[in-house]
Amino acid sequence: MTTPRIDARFAALKADHRAAFVPYIMAGDPDEATTLAILRGLPSAGADLIELGFPFSDPMAEGVPIQKAAQRALKSGMRLHKTLALVRAFREQDQATPIILMGYLNNVLTYGYETFAHNAAEAGVDGLIVVDCPPEESAPLADALDAAGVSLIRLATPTSDDARLKVIAARTSGFVYYVSVAGVTGQKEADETAVAPMVERVRQASGLPVAVGFGIRTPERAEAVARVADAVVVGSALVDELAKALDENQSPSERVLALAKRLAEAVRSARVPVSA
Amino acid sequence: MNAVLQPNDYTAYPDAEGRFGDYGGRYVPETLMPLVHELDAAYSAAKADPSFQAELNGYLTHYVGRPSPLYFAERLTEHFGGAKIYFKRDELNHTGAHKINNCMGQILLARRMGKTRIIAETGAGQHGVASATVCARFGYPCVVYMGSLDVERQKPNVFRMNLLGAEVRPVTAGTGTLKDAMNEAMRDWVTNVHDTYYIIGTAAGPHPYPAMVRDFQSVIGTEARAQILDREGRLPDAVVACIGGGSNAIGLFHPFLADEGVRLVGVEAAGHGLSSGMHAASLTGGRPGVLHGNKTYLLQDDDGQIIDAHSISAGLDYPGIGPEHAWLHDVGRATYVSSTDEDALDAFQLCSRLEGIIPALEPAHALARVGEIARDVGKGGIVLMNLCGRGDKDIFTVADHLGARL
Repeated sequence: MTTPRIDARFAALKADHRAAFVPYIMAGDPDEATTLAILRGLPSAGADLIELGFPFSDPMAEGVPIQKAAQRALKSGMRLHKTLALVRAFREQDQATPIILMGYLNNVLTYGYETFAHNAAEAGVDGLIVVDCPPEESAPLADALDAAGVSLIRLATPTSDDARLKVIAARTSGFVYYVSVAGVTGQKEADETAVAPMVERVRQASGLPVAVGFGIRTPERAEAVARVADAVVVGSALVDELAKALDENQSPSERVLALAKRLAEAVRSARVPVSA
Repeated sequence: MNAVLQPNDYTAYPDAEGRFGDYGGRYVPETLMPLVHELDAAYSAAKADPSFQAELNGYLTHYVGRPSPLYFAERLTEHFGGAKIYFKRDELNHTGAHKINNCMGQILLARRMGKTRIIAETGAGQHGVASATVCARFGYPCVVYMGSLDVERQKPNVFRMNLLGAEVRPVTAGTGTLKDAMNEAMRDWVTNVHDTYYIIGTAAGPHPYPAMVRDFQSVIGTEARAQILDREGRLPDAVVACIGGGSNAIGLFHPFLADEGVRLVGVEAAGHGLSSGMHAASLTGGRPGVLHGNKTYLLQDDDGQIIDAHSISAGLDYPGIGPEHAWLHDVGRATYVSSTDEDALDAFQLCSRLEGIIPALEPAHALARVGEIARDVGKGGIVLMNLCGRGDKDIFTVADHLGARL
C-alpha cells in the first residue's frame, strides 16, 4: 500500500538529506482551540510530520506526562470523533503535512474499524499507530485501513529480534516507528549509539523509513538521534512544556511552538543538506 | 451480534492464539510481545512436565494446605429451605483465599524461566499478600501495585505485605483502584522486561494468562467435583462463585464444563445497584472491548473510555472480566447474576451468625444469590458454592457500614 502524503514527505526529506522532525501532541489538551492553534503553527515551526494523540482513560504504555495530558483532554470532552474533526480543520489550511493519529485500540474498536478508517481518511489522516494492537491482533483493523488508504504504522522495539522484525514488517507502510527504549513514554533516555544499529536492522527488514521515539526530550538528544534515524519523534517534552505553561498562566500554544522550533532546528542541524 | 457457535467441547479453549471465541488474545505493546510468546512456550512446557506438576502439588499439599474441605452448610440449608448447600472452603488456604493456588504455580514458573524480580497488582490485597508470600518463600524481591483508595480501605493487607518483605507502591493515577494498579504493573513490566515476571492475579490479561491462571485455579473445581461425588454420590445441580476478574469462578467452573447437567452461576458485584451506574458488573452492564491485554466485556462509555467500577468489595472492583467468562456468557454455558453492596453485607452477617464462618465480602456476593438458587433447585438438590476468601480483612469496612467503631 502507498500513502501519498507520507511517501512524498519522506522522499523530499531524503532528497534534502535530513531527518524529519515529528512532534507529538495530545488532542484536546487542554482544549480543542489550543490543539488547533498548535497544529496550525507546527508546520512553520519546522514539523515535517505530526503525531496527534487521541486520549484513552487507561494508557498503559505512557509515562506520567502523557497520562496527565490524556486526563486533561478527557476532562475537556475530547473524544475520537472530535479528534478527527481537529484533523479536518487542520487540513483546511495544510494539505501537505502528514498526520498520524496515535492511541489505544479500544477507542478505535468502539468507533468501528470500517467507519473509523473511512472517516479518518476523509478527515485527512494519513496513518494510525495503535499502541496495544500487535501484528497478531491487527488483521481486521489493517484490512479496514488498507481499504481506506490509511497506513497502519508498526512499532519495533529493543526486544524485536530478526524473526520478530519480519512479523512486524509483514504488513506495514509509510514508515516504522522504533520505540528506542524498553519502557513507557518520556522516562528513559534514548542512546543513539544503541539506536543506530537497530534503525538499520528495521530499515533492512521493512524497506521503509524509520522514526525513532520514546526517550528524546532535548534538542541535543534530538540532534544526536537525527544523525542516525529518518525521523525523530518528541512527545513527552512538548506535553510537559504545555503543562508548565498552564501552571505558569502562559499561552500553551506559544510555549509548545517555541520548543518545537528549537527541536526542529536541532534536527535540521544534524546532517548537512546536500546542495542541489 | 453474530450467532454464537455452540462448541462440542468447552474445555478445548483457548485456541493457539489465546482466543475463547472472539475473546482473549494478546493486546499488549510490541515491547512485551516477545516476552508474552516466551511465557506461552515456557508455560506449555511446564504444564506438560510431570516434575513441575509434582513439585507444585507438593507445595499445594504441604504449604497451602490442600485439599480444602467441602463443608455441608447445614444451618444455611435449613434457613433457605431448598437444596443442600455445600461450601468449598478455599478460605482455609494459607493466606486466607484462593489466590495462593495461582501464585504458587506462577512463582515456580518464574523460577523455571530464570526471572529474578516479581511484580503483581492487587485490589483487596489478597493477591498481593499471596504474591508477597510466595516471594518470601522462594527469595524473590516483590513489588505490589495497589490503588491508593484500596491501600486506604485494606490497611491490614498492606501491613501483611510489608511484613512479608514486599514493597507496596500506591497508585494514584485514575481512581486509585484495581484497574489503575494493573496499568501501573503493565508499565513496570514493559520497563523491566528483561528480568521481571508479572504474576497476574486473575484469569485475565494477555494470553497465556487467562488459561494459565484458570489451570492453576482449577484445583478448586477438580477437588470439589471429586469431594461431592464422594459425599453425595452425584454431581451438584449448580455451582456458584463470585466474579471480579473471575479467577475463583473459572477455577470452580472449568472442571464442571463438560457436565452439562451442572448449572454454572457467576455472581458479579452490583455495587449501589445496576441502574445506579455505580457497579462492577461487566457482563450485565458492559460490552466487549479491549483492556489490559485481552478482549472481553468492559464497563465503558460510547467513546470506549473505561468507566470506573464500584463495589464495597475491593476484590470485585474491576471494570472487566476474564475472557473465558465473556465467552461462556455468550455461548450460554454459564449464567451471570449480580448482588449489591447491601446484599453482600446481609449475606456476610448471615453466614457469620449461622455457620460460624466470617466470609470475605467477595464470596458474600455469591452467598447472597445462593438462597434463591437453592430454592429454585429445590429440596433433594445440591448447590455448591466456593467460599473463596475469609473475612478478617473486611471487618473494618463492614464495621464502618454497620456504624460500629473499632
